[in-house]
Amino acid sequence: MEVLLKIYEGILSLIPFEPVRNGIGLIVPTLSIASMVLGVVFLLIWWERRLIAFIQVRLGPNRLGPAGLFQSFADALKVMLKEDIVPKDADQILFSLAPVLVFVPGLLVYSLVPVGNGMVVSNVGSGLLLFFSISSLTTLGIMMAGWSSNNKYSLMGGIRAVAQAISYEIPLLLSLVGIILLTGSLSIVDIVEKQDIWNIIKQPIAFFIFFTCSLSEVNRIPFDLPEAESELVSGYNTEYSGFKFAMFFLAEYINTFTLGALCTVLFFGGWRFPFDSYLGEVGMQLSNQLGLVWFFVKTMFFFSIVIWIRGTLPRVRPDQLMAFAWKYLLPLALVNILVTTLLAAYGFGVFSR
Amino acid sequence: MSIEFKSEEMTINMGPHHPSTHGVLRLIVKIDGEVIRHVEPVIGYLHRSIERLAQDRNYFMYFPVVDRVDYVSIIAAEWPMVMAVEKIGGIEVPERAEYIRVITAELTRIMSHLFWLGTFMLDLGSTTVIMYALREREKIVDLMEELTGQRMMFNYLRYGGVNADVPEGWLQKVKGFCDYFLRMIDEYEILINKNPIFISRVKDIGIIPKEMVSKYGACGPILRGSGVKYDVRKDEPYSVYDRFDFDIPVGEKGDTFDRYVVRMEEMRQSVRILKQAVDQIPPGPCLKKKLSFSFKIPAGDAYCQVEAPRGNMGVYLMSNGTNTAARVKYRTPSYANMQILPHVLKDAFLSDIMAIFGSFDVILPEVDR
Repeated sequence: MEVLLKIYEGILSLIPFEPVRNGIGLIVPTLSIASMVLGVVFLLIWWERRLIAFIQVRLGPNRLGPAGLFQSFADALKVMLKEDIVPKDADQILFSLAPVLVFVPGLLVYSLVPVGNGMVVSNVGSGLLLFFSISSLTTLGIMMAGWSSNNKYSLMGGIRAVAQAISYEIPLLLSLVGIILLTGSLSIVDIVEKQDIWNIIKQPIAFFIFFTCSLSEVNRIPFDLPEAESELVSGYNTEYSGFKFAMFFLAEYINTFTLGALCTVLFFGGWRFPFDSYLGEVGMQLSNQLGLVWFFVKTMFFFSIVIWIRGTLPRVRPDQLMAFAWKYLLPLALVNILVTTLLAAYGFGVFSR
Repeated sequence: MSIEFKSEEMTINMGPHHPSTHGVLRLIVKIDGEVIRHVEPVIGYLHRSIERLAQDRNYFMYFPVVDRVDYVSIIAAEWPMVMAVEKIGGIEVPERAEYIRVITAELTRIMSHLFWLGTFMLDLGSTTVIMYALREREKIVDLMEELTGQRMMFNYLRYGGVNADVPEGWLQKVKGFCDYFLRMIDEYEILINKNPIFISRVKDIGIIPKEMVSKYGACGPILRGSGVKYDVRKDEPYSVYDRFDFDIPVGEKGDTFDRYVVRMEEMRQSVRILKQAVDQIPPGPCLKKKLSFSFKIPAGDAYCQVEAPRGNMGVYLMSNGTNTAARVKYRTPSYANMQILPHVLKDAFLSDIMAIFGSFDVILPEVDR
């Protein structure tokens, strides 16, 4: 990995004119990350369908390509060839804008996620804050989709999405305060680099809160109320078809992958090999050279857990969902902050900075 | 200072093409936010004039149509019809045929309850249980295919017996299935019963008081879920049901969870009946006399009912002495049960519609006929 980075930097330094060099230096990593994520999404869709099929004692896609790997590509082609229908009384502009607003933030946040040592598009000082600012734009897109479709089911889905996002974003962010306290930085790269001991050991409760809230943020079972098919047909995307629907569909998978990536980065040492700082030179080399692999393995692990949960749990009810966030998760997050602060202030063991 | 929020009721038209109305039920739901204010079920989208068809065909030609009354538990739809014809015509049924009828009826009861379990959990958002339930249902369907040659519309019972004797080794297969199935029910309960989300979705939801069930003539697991110990098989025994030893499970307060528990326990009791029936089945013919294609029964009328998976399934048959019925009237359990729906759904949450309606186990073809 480091070799690749060196080659890339070498080529970049050959370009004489500085503004052009800076421009290319921004465009290339962004495009490579975006294409990596989009490529991974096709793998994710296949993996989800195969794993959920395994849980549900059936086969899943197994016709196209080896073990059905190309099924997602066929589906993508199908969905692109479909007619793009806009309902007659829909708000045309918002209706077309909504899928973009859901899709783009999902990709955009990957510019802040370090996928390997030094492999990050932009290391922003307050990266964590920026990350959640961007990703919460998705909710706006869902609300727009629900409103502009001129469909009651869509509207209900949109309303539920907003109510859910507002309730769950608070404990989500509060659960990360402990990590920020222990790291002393809002930069995601710093958070990874300071995890000689993974944050999950220091902050297990925070991880529980974070994972639950993230599930809710990405609208997965058991919190998939905005698109609960048994009640709201398909929720906010009922009226969408063709490529616009594909954008919602892809955004959902990208967001779920983001969930896994965030768990990895914030709690499980990101691109670092387990206990690399205790393995001496070997551990460091493993982390630095194969960072992308560790990142991907860990992220897929969390993605698989999300699928596992989908295969096991029923859906909660909206009022129970709200009660869970405000009555249990929020106080728990506050207690977690208090305890972490006290431990950090007195510098107990691993909590000393 | 107080701010008054003015909220407006929204009318949602659920169905007839909705993913979880189990067919073509239409519910006109008035909601205030997430709370239901008024529900009006609209039925009739699946009306196939099954009762009228009886007046055009002779008894033999009409019989395949009967399967279509309730295509999830077919034998339960066939049985009251043959019973009514046998009662008016005084047709004798051999004992072996009665036992085979019991075995097939209990197998279809398990089939129907499994299908209910799967769709009920699907309505609650759990996608896995239906696959497990259909896996076991498939085994019963295979058994029935071996016996009747059909996987769905069996057309197996005959006036005065059953179509054909059981194939060799079939009864052993049923017994093997019973043992296997008891293990599988435990597996479902491991997956479902201790799931906190499931419990919070179904406990204390859709409570039907004891007085209300009898007022609306509700029957089957809904009646028993509300704590009324009534089962046609026990209280008005037909066929050879009085020879078997089985319990009637009852619920305590009549919420959605009680109806779930009652159905799960009923599957266990069905297995008990199946085991006894397989052990007791006597040798002999299973159709005493093959009736001619256009046989006639004397004029008269009869009402016969059986305990279908959804409750009392009855047929009122009026004969005018020809080979065609003068009038056939079905008393179907889902139709009676559906009437409670608007009262139970009032002031529930929108998400509860599917939990409560799912627990009713309504089969739309049975409502509309």
